[in-house]
Amino acid sequence: MPFSLFTRRYDFANDRDALRHFLPWLIAFMVYLAVLALAGVLALNETAGRWNRGVAGTLTVQILAGPDAIQGNDEARVKAALGILRATPGIVRAEAIADSATAALLEPWLGGAGAIADLPLPKLIDVEMASEGSVDLQALSRRLTAAVPGASIDDHRIWLERLLRLIGTVKAIALAVLALIGIATVGTVIFTTRTGLAIHREAIEVLHLIGAQDTYIARQFAHRALMLGLKGGYAGLVLALPTLLMAGIFAHYLGASVLPQLSLGPAHWMALAILPIGVALIAMATAGVTVMRTLARLL
Amino acid sequence: MSTDGTDHVVRFENVGLRYGLGPEVLQDVTFELRPGGFYFLLGDSGAGKSSLLKLIYLALKPSRGLISLFGHDIAITPRRQLPELRRRIGVVFQEFRLLNHLSAFDNVALPLRVAGGRESEIQRNVDELLQWVGLKDQIKARPPTLSGGQQQRVAIARAVIARPKLLLADEPTGNVDDRMALRLMHLFEELNKLGTTIVIATHNQSLVNRFGHPRLRLADGSLTLEPGTETAWPREAPPLRSVSHGRGPRNAL
Ligand SMILES: Nc1ncnc2c1ncn2[C@@H]1O[C@H](COP(=O)(O)OP(=O)(O)OP(=O)(O)O)[C@@H](O)[C@H]1O
Ligand SMILES: [Mg+2]
Repeated sequence: MPFSLFTRRYDFANDRDALRHFLPWLIAFMVYLAVLALAGVLALNETAGRWNRGVAGTLTVQILAGPDAIQGNDEARVKAALGILRATPGIVRAEAIADSATAALLEPWLGGAGAIADLPLPKLIDVEMASEGSVDLQALSRRLTAAVPGASIDDHRIWLERLLRLIGTVKAIALAVLALIGIATVGTVIFTTRTGLAIHREAIEVLHLIGAQDTYIARQFAHRALMLGLKGGYAGLVLALPTLLMAGIFAHYLGASVLPQLSLGPAHWMALAILPIGVALIAMATAGVTVMRTLARLL
Repeated sequence: MSTDGTDHVVRFENVGLRYGLGPEVLQDVTFELRPGGFYFLLGDSGAGKSSLLKLIYLALKPSRGLISLFGHDIAITPRRQLPELRRRIGVVFQEFRLLNHLSAFDNVALPLRVAGGRESEIQRNVDELLQWVGLKDQIKARPPTLSGGQQQRVAIARAVIARPKLLLADEPTGNVDDRMALRLMHLFEELNKLGTTIVIATHNQSLVNRFGHPRLRLADGSLTLEPGTETAWPREAPPLRSVSHGRGPRNAL
């Protein structure tokens, strides 16, 4: 850019400038939405990442409680399954999960321990693989079911992938919202800048006749858009914080047991704090370009 | 003598101007202004004086003909070079065109600021000039709070602050008393002595008579040099050629 961005000069009448009141509010609103969308994207990213890490390389083998007649066999079947699993290359660890632990896992859905005690709980084996894909799961599954009646592999991948796909969709929507907000910001700034040029047409003509370059005028409009953008942007951010906190608290109560907690780290908060600067810079660049383009059409 | 080594500051060749689809306000205007000249531009109200000046300070494009400023044919001068040409021209607009939200000081400082002048120098020059035109106490005043004559002086100060090569003044003494008018005329004379070419459009016959500068007269869309003023031209070369095309014999003035 041929002009420096910082100028204190503003040769145009302030009081005739409705934009001064209009633009910051619009930007505040857009930054408000953008902060929520961005916070959503960041939190979901974080969550998806955590799930992926937590679940990758693990699977659970489930052995249904046998019919009453063979109930006594449960222990034997678990042992058989463990034997097969431990003998499988690529599996580093296979541990049976104690009944009490299984009961605890199911408690949120089924109620207190008393209710669970009588149920035929499946036996669960927690399996850890050396790495994702180091074990042929289908072959393993076939061998298990052949040797141990009622055994099946519960690959977390299946439901995890569904969840991740859902998160991906939500993220895509949030990103689209961010992009739309960017486009709307550009559109708004183009519109308000053109209006400003029309309002100040007389002064602009005088400046031209006095020998002002377009850049002299563009610089002033750009700097002004930057300032109004920062003002509106940080107002929007401040307004978005209570909403974010509410959403966090709400998510906590709603789904502490179902969803891993949505949370933002320091880097994420930093990104949110910088967002208004980004929007203000977009406003500045847009205003500058709009002025240059509009003036280029004059004599 | 001018910056571009050309022998004219302004040259018009067969320039015609019409507003929209209206009649031609100016027809076949042909003339040259030489560096260092001092001209009065006369003509009845509505004769086209302001229109002619607007063509020179590039606020209007001619409907036809050629206009050359400091040796630049303005029809082929790229837009981004126009500011540089305009900075060599100081204009006192008939209706002043001061920026009402800026102080007298800031109005006068504008030409220096758009040209990227240093603030310390601007401060000194503007203060000095405003004092000279008798507006020392109105430095911070905004134009709407000034009298017509005071506004006119701000407008004049703005036109001369950057020491233009060419000064175009449209009725610059229309709103001031005779004493101030004389004082302003002396300002223009000073500037002229420093090499600025000056064109003053005016109705003030007593001023015109008092200063014996060449008189350009606009009537019926044509520009002529008034007979009897050639002698006022300080140089040996004719100050102005006016050639009428297709209307009687060529009469070089
Ligand atoms: N913007 C315009 N649109 C249409 N016609 C115009 C415009 N400006 C001037 N005219 C016409 O051009 C003619 C010359 O006007 P101009 O202002 O140049 O006259 P002038 O000699 O400066 O008059 P005065 O001495 O009153 O200032 C007039 O007939 C006027 O009506
Ligand atoms: Mg006029």
